[in-house]
Amino acid sequence: MLSGPVIITVAFLYLGLLFAIAYYGDKRADQGRSLIANPTIYALSIAVYCTSWTFYGSVGRAASTGVDFLPIYLGPTLTFIVAWFVIRKIIRISKVNRITSIADFVASRYGKSFQLGGLVTVIAVVGILPYISLQLKAISTSFSVLLDYPEIVMPTTPASAVFLQDTAFYVALIMGVFAILFGTRHIDASEHHEGMVAAIAFESIVKLVAFLTVGLFVTFGIYGGFGEIFAQAEASGALSRLFIIDGVAAYTSWITLTLLAMGAIVVLPRQFQMLVVENVDERHLRKAMWLFPLYLLLINIFVLPIAFAGLLHFPQGGVDGDTFVLTVPMKEQRPILALIAFIGGLSAATGMIIVETIALATMVCNDLVMPLLLRVGRLHLSERRDLAGILLTIRRATIIVVVLLGYAYVRLIGESYALVTIGLVSFAAAMQFVPAIVGGIYWKGATKAGAVAGLTGGFLVWTYTLLLPSFARSGWISQSFVENGPLGLALLKPYALFGLAGLDPIAHATIWTLLVNVGLFVGVSLMTFQSIIERSQAVQFVEIFKRSADVGRVWRGRATIGDLKELLVRFMGEARANAAFARFERENKRHLHDHGPADSDIVSYSERQLAGAIGAASARIMVASVLREEMHNIDEVVQILDEASQLVVYSRQLEQKSRELEAATAELRAANERLKELDKLKDDFVATVSHEVRTPLTSIRSFSEILRDNPDLDADQRHKFVSIVVQESERLSRLINDILDLAKMEAGTSEWHMADLAPKAVIEQALAGMAGLFAKARHVSLETRIPDDLPPIRADADRLTQVIVNLVSNAEKFCTKENGWIRLEAWQEAGFLRVDVKDNGIGIAKKDQEKIFERFQQAGNTLTDKPQGTGLGLPICRQILLRFGGAIWVDSEPDHGATFSFRIPLSQSGAEAGAATFETAQ
Amino acid sequence: MQAPSRTRELLVALFLLGALLLAPPLLIIFNQAARVFGVPTLYLYLFAVWAVLIALVALAVERRHAANDLAEADANVANKESGEAAGEPSDA
Repeated sequence: MLSGPVIITVAFLYLGLLFAIAYYGDKRADQGRSLIANPTIYALSIAVYCTSWTFYGSVGRAASTGVDFLPIYLGPTLTFIVAWFVIRKIIRISKVNRITSIADFVASRYGKSFQLGGLVTVIAVVGILPYISLQLKAISTSFSVLLDYPEIVMPTTPASAVFLQDTAFYVALIMGVFAILFGTRHIDASEHHEGMVAAIAFESIVKLVAFLTVGLFVTFGIYGGFGEIFAQAEASGALSRLFIIDGVAAYTSWITLTLLAMGAIVVLPRQFQMLVVENVDERHLRKAMWLFPLYLLLINIFVLPIAFAGLLHFPQGGVDGDTFVLTVPMKEQRPILALIAFIGGLSAATGMIIVETIALATMVCNDLVMPLLLRVGRLHLSERRDLAGILLTIRRATIIVVVLLGYAYVRLIGESYALVTIGLVSFAAAMQFVPAIVGGIYWKGATKAGAVAGLTGGFLVWTYTLLLPSFARSGWISQSFVENGPLGLALLKPYALFGLAGLDPIAHATIWTLLVNVGLFVGVSLMTFQSIIERSQAVQFVEIFKRSADVGRVWRGRATIGDLKELLVRFMGEARANAAFARFERENKRHLHDHGPADSDIVSYSERQLAGAIGAASARIMVASVLREEMHNIDEVVQILDEASQLVVYSRQLEQKSRELEAATAELRAANERLKELDKLKDDFVATVSHEVRTPLTSIRSFSEILRDNPDLDADQRHKFVSIVVQESERLSRLINDILDLAKMEAGTSEWHMADLAPKAVIEQALAGMAGLFAKARHVSLETRIPDDLPPIRADADRLTQVIVNLVSNAEKFCTKENGWIRLEAWQEAGFLRVDVKDNGIGIAKKDQEKIFERFQQAGNTLTDKPQGTGLGLPICRQILLRFGGAIWVDSEPDHGATFSFRIPLSQSGAEAGAATFETAQ
Repeated sequence: MQAPSRTRELLVALFLLGALLLAPPLLIIFNQAARVFGVPTLYLYLFAVWAVLIALVALAVERRHAANDLAEADANVANKESGEAAGEPSDA
């Protein structure tokens, strides 16, 4: 009953159902009622991880080596425990940057680099191609095994068959069509393929149900449960060796497989597509964290029972372990069950092919072909209107090329390997992305050069240790390359590089590639520096949770918003471009005019939208072309920085200047204050002088008038009045002389005749001139104590006389009328001549002691008492002594007399002589 | 009241526990040909650890408050993450 047409009809019905689901999913998405916006669908879509390798290959590997198929599923379980930290970060980064593939992610992280995007794409295509071919091989093998029912015959090598009769060829084509229909319907900034995701989730259910059905039948239908299968296996003797892990090499392989799977669950292009690109809400990850591992657990529960059942059913061998899922039900004469198993395998294989080709096509288009086209034929291509069409064409062509290459790989190489081994070769290739990605999202210092070096190194080692030996197995190159090393160099044997022997090839290759990759990545990163765009991308990636907005780019734009819109229309079509701009307006509450200048926000936004369609690197070029090539290259940016730092210098100078100005202003203000004070002093002085001058004038005038108006005054009266007039005139002229004298001295215009003087002579001469005064005032005695050996002083003789006369006459004036005495003493005092004039007069109150040296200030109440002098004597004395370099002061108590003291510096020779005298005195 | 980021710490602890239990040093203990409940010791051990691990993760993230714990202000989490990533062998 399992004839060819029946199997093919069922298979096509299944594929038709898949198309219908995908179509329905897309339709619902267009209506805005998403089918896939829930965490369960998300978790199921991630289960695209379980391919025909899981479905058929795990059993095959379990049948040959026991439990070591498990690390491939334990690794993802471990990664998913921390998915909230690692995968969510990648999702967030990708959403913010509109990243469409793993190549885009790496390129974007390291400065939107073409080189890296292209490199990752090449590694992905070369590395994943065997994996796609593995799926095709599984389908064609399972089909031909099923076709021979009820016989169990292993397929002969399909190389003998004409490829037009080969199922794998048609399956490849159908998968290509599916991928084109649901993976490249339109160029969308979000790159969500909802129909495709819905179909994949459905396929995940189908393959799980199919496998569980077979597993339940085998375990509980054929045998009486797990215990019985294992008991029989143990009884059969040889099989119990599969119960344990055997030896150090097996443990090493256990660890490396766990590591490979931990990385692969994120970095395999189809996993990245499903986990990251197709993710509609990062909160879905929370449920997926346990639901997806649970799926893995369920699909693996019956692997060991089926494997042992197979081994027990076909004890003589001759049946490939990879087919046990089919052949055990066939042996048990259960054609329906076998058909269910076939559909399960088909769903596992098709799901993988669809997602993988879409992911690879996006990568090839955005990160390999577009950048090349834009570079080579940029002048023409960037002028083209309908670029969306070109993009879609490139992707569709890529899908067909990828599936056909996959088919070619099966025909040429695939037969020589078991399913799992082919898959693991791909895992090891994908693993090369892990250092650049994990380093890229946690280490800001990782540089483009480091990533390029790590990826290239790792890929070359992978090629040498896994790809070339697989060619050797297929007979393309000599088998001795593997056995003896190239040119017989045993140290370079690809499966035992540098003597690392005894490991299985995958573990061996994983160790060497990771060593070289991580070493170069870290080492070169530490030795090189980031460009400015690399730096800004690195910061944005690592600190994605701190700030989600794009780090503003540096550009000097003259482009208008209309230019940007036109660009988006060319790549995304009118409707989608307009929708994108409308969303920007809504989110930013701005209105965009076509002729308005494009600011950094709208430029970054447009670039991200475009990146969603054509990849980050190409988007950057296209936006740059619209900005009229005015995107800054590094030199320009550095120039801007230079200008900025010059501005800083200018502003510092400005600050300096303004500080100086402030200081000058303060000085000016102080000077102004001083001037104001001087002005006030001058006013006071003029007022005082006027007052002082008017007093004698008034007196002179009034007596003169009396004399004029009364000609008959008697002679005595007349004489008395005339005397007063004369006295007052004398006083007036004295006052004016003093004023002039003081003014001259203060202005520094008076003449000074400085000379070395003998003090004793000058003092005695001055006192002699006053003899008349003391003759009149007999009640006052004058006493002098002047040593003979006083050293000479430097002074003006007339001025010094003036000082002495002033002081002595003052003393005389204020002396008590009875028993008054004045004592003048002079002596030498540390380089000075000191003179004291002491009296026993009325004394001076403390508060007046400083005042009396100021102009027109006299002790006592000047309003009531008759002024005793001009009020200028002491100020003149002070001026004279200041001029001599000396000083004058007073020491007094009221009613106990006063002591006026002054000192004058000795002349140069006098000082020496004085010092000599002082010394001899000692 | 839970400490704000207890769920995150719980997940990291579970990751470390899983990595420890599912790797060689401890696997050697259970690497015996003998069968327990009819199932080879190693198989039973691996699947049991696996199932318990999944159950614990499910409990951790599906508790009340867990969603809030996980979605807490991302800014102060970014720093922690670099430390957590260091615990993952595959990162190197």
